[in-house]
Amino acid sequence: MAKSLPKQLISERVKNFFEVGLGFSEEEARKEAQRCLQCKNPACVKGCPVEIDIPAFIKLINEGKQKEALEKIKEKNNLPAVCGRVCPQEDQCEALCVLNKKKAPINIGALERYASETGVSLAGLAVNRRQATGDRRQIKVAVVGSGPAGLTCAADLAKMGYQATLFESLHVAGGVLVYGIPEFRLPKNIVQNEVDYIASLGVSIHTDALIGSTYSIEDLFKDGFKAIFVATGAGLPQFLGIPGENLDRVYSANEFLTRINLMKAYKFPEYSTPVNIGDKVAVIGGGNVALDSSRVALRLGKEVTLVYRRSEKEMPGRFEEIENAKEEGVKFNFLTQPVRILGDKDGFVNGLECVRMELGEVDDSGRRKPHEIKGSSFILNVDTVIIAIGQNPNPLLTRLTQGLKTNSNGTIRVDDHLMTSIPGVFAGGDIITGADTVIKAMGAGKKAAVEMDKYVKAVIQDLKG
Amino acid sequence: MHKIIERIELAKEIIQIKVEAPQIAQKAKPGQFVAVVLDERGERVPLTIADWDKDSITLIFQKVGFTTQKLADLKPGDFIAHILGPLGHPTKVDNFGTVVCIGGGVGIAEVYPVSRAFKEAGNRVLGIIGSRTKDLIILESRMKSVCDELFVTTDDGTYGKKGLVVDVLRGLLDVVEKSTHTKYPELVYAIGPVLMMKAVADLTREYKIRTIVSVNPIMVDATGMCGSCRCTVEGKTVFGCVDGPDFDAHTLDFDELLKRTKLFKTQEQKADGKKPS
Repeated sequence: MAKSLPKQLISERVKNFFEVGLGFSEEEARKEAQRCLQCKNPACVKGCPVEIDIPAFIKLINEGKQKEALEKIKEKNNLPAVCGRVCPQEDQCEALCVLNKKKAPINIGALERYASETGVSLAGLAVNRRQATGDRRQIKVAVVGSGPAGLTCAADLAKMGYQATLFESLHVAGGVLVYGIPEFRLPKNIVQNEVDYIASLGVSIHTDALIGSTYSIEDLFKDGFKAIFVATGAGLPQFLGIPGENLDRVYSANEFLTRINLMKAYKFPEYSTPVNIGDKVAVIGGGNVALDSSRVALRLGKEVTLVYRRSEKEMPGRFEEIENAKEEGVKFNFLTQPVRILGDKDGFVNGLECVRMELGEVDDSGRRKPHEIKGSSFILNVDTVIIAIGQNPNPLLTRLTQGLKTNSNGTIRVDDHLMTSIPGVFAGGDIITGADTVIKAMGAGKKAAVEMDKYVKAVIQDLKG
Repeated sequence: MHKIIERIELAKEIIQIKVEAPQIAQKAKPGQFVAVVLDERGERVPLTIADWDKDSITLIFQKVGFTTQKLADLKPGDFIAHILGPLGHPTKVDNFGTVVCIGGGVGIAEVYPVSRAFKEAGNRVLGIIGSRTKDLIILESRMKSVCDELFVTTDDGTYGKKGLVVDVLRGLLDVVEKSTHTKYPELVYAIGPVLMMKAVADLTREYKIRTIVSVNPIMVDATGMCGSCRCTVEGKTVFGCVDGPDFDAHTLDFDELLKRTKLFKTQEQKADGKKPS
């Protein structure tokens, strides 16, 4: 059997924001590492968007060489402590592990996390920074957005020897890793460590800078940046478009989670951002953001019902997080679609009208499409509604940048080299795909760094020629 | 970090600070705002950019909540941890003809840069500013310098005309209605308390005079990512931070805006150390 990650006791963790998964001990990690068959042609690596040499780092763990294991991971992945925790390994590397045929796959995520924790100190790794070479040493490149795509790209560019500057509009770097994913799934000091590591590579991090306004793309070129990577993510919350959505105590998941995760509203008034939710919370949606919102509300001592229009099988959220949410006491209302939010005379939520659904034919997403059951309307007795049905690409930079072409869904148009309609401006991550996983954004960040390097070299060659 | 270089108490509870922010100052346009975070535990608060020069921006605010109270306590030489901006669409300024610029309460500070821009664009600018009482009237001379005519009101009659800003506007429109050689203003621009802006909108709707208001809803990131500031305009949801802050007053749902601004009233009191009512 694969060793699953030890967790905080349910009765304890529902009362705190500390991390749920506790991480492997050395013994547990080695035992798990020993199960790895060290395939000659490892399938797991093909499942990894950044192609970590998984068998190699697992072997190093087995040999007790934690530092080397971490360095092996960092050859490809700048954010192992993040990925070990939030990657959907069950759909990626672990899904392809050959052990699946007979028994459980290797718990690669937990081993990556173990390596990231026990590896080495930041200083030790910083030595790894390759010496800036020749032409590239003086070349300035910019990365816009400090989420997983931006952090990865900036780190890789710095490793290549570029002078990389990372711009972030919020007051803290990390993007969705700090505003979106809760502390109990990804502790913020861990994100900060990863950001510090990236700064230690020589990346200059510039928060409170909204590109498009504080500085335009044009300003950056004028300022000497030779290539720019736009990784502004998908943070524009979608709403349902049903009556009552602007009542008080109706939150987008983004607002609710930002108040809690970034602004630390759960520590109000020690931190000065408040959050005002009632006692009975409905969270609408079936993805990880809906699960995160539910479990945050639960930790604030509320009764939480997750409302999802399809059945459990179709939920896009990670299996592990669905299990965690269930264990912790989130109630699930499947095959349920909200149609109206009811409010009192002061404009506060006092109910959620829903209808029951049934599954019909398979739709474009490969899942069975829900249909309303006529006459099934009922009212859920709640006083707070959190809407977690997805995010669209952030519109601000695209809106404020002339000549940057977008698709009708708001994503930025790029060619095969991730270059946008503006020469020298690249884009990747959720801003070109719509909301997707952390690791895919990181994969885009890596690819962008390579493409930017090629582009800059070609431009410089042109200048010389 | 942004250094405070000047602090002036314009009126009781109304503070003006000048803060170093060269990059924002170079980009600022009338009608735009910044998001301010006082310290690492601070909330993100939107404040209108009341004025700017080469290296600094001027913020004018009323001590109404936890953060503005703390901001008011800062002295020259102190620092604000984070300022993001400029944010929001600038006010659309053109030569419309005659523009009435209305500011209520601390909204006077916000209507000033807009009035100045309208004047510079060649408009005839009529200013109307009002407060509860004489001590709360601010920027009168600055407004005078950019208006062809300035009217001042106080609710209690301790200064200027007794009554509300909307009463003055009604008076002006009455005169036009009865006269043969004057015409209605092309645009009314109002900023202040929600109820004041609503009263102005209700009046100008009767006269079909184009009216723009600048909203100040609750925000978090202020860059379009949370939707805390959503308002309804023409029956559709818009975000105050990135779609505004200026909106058509005749199709904005003021009642909803008013309700949404009250969401955190009890928490504000808790943060202030007062008992929630």
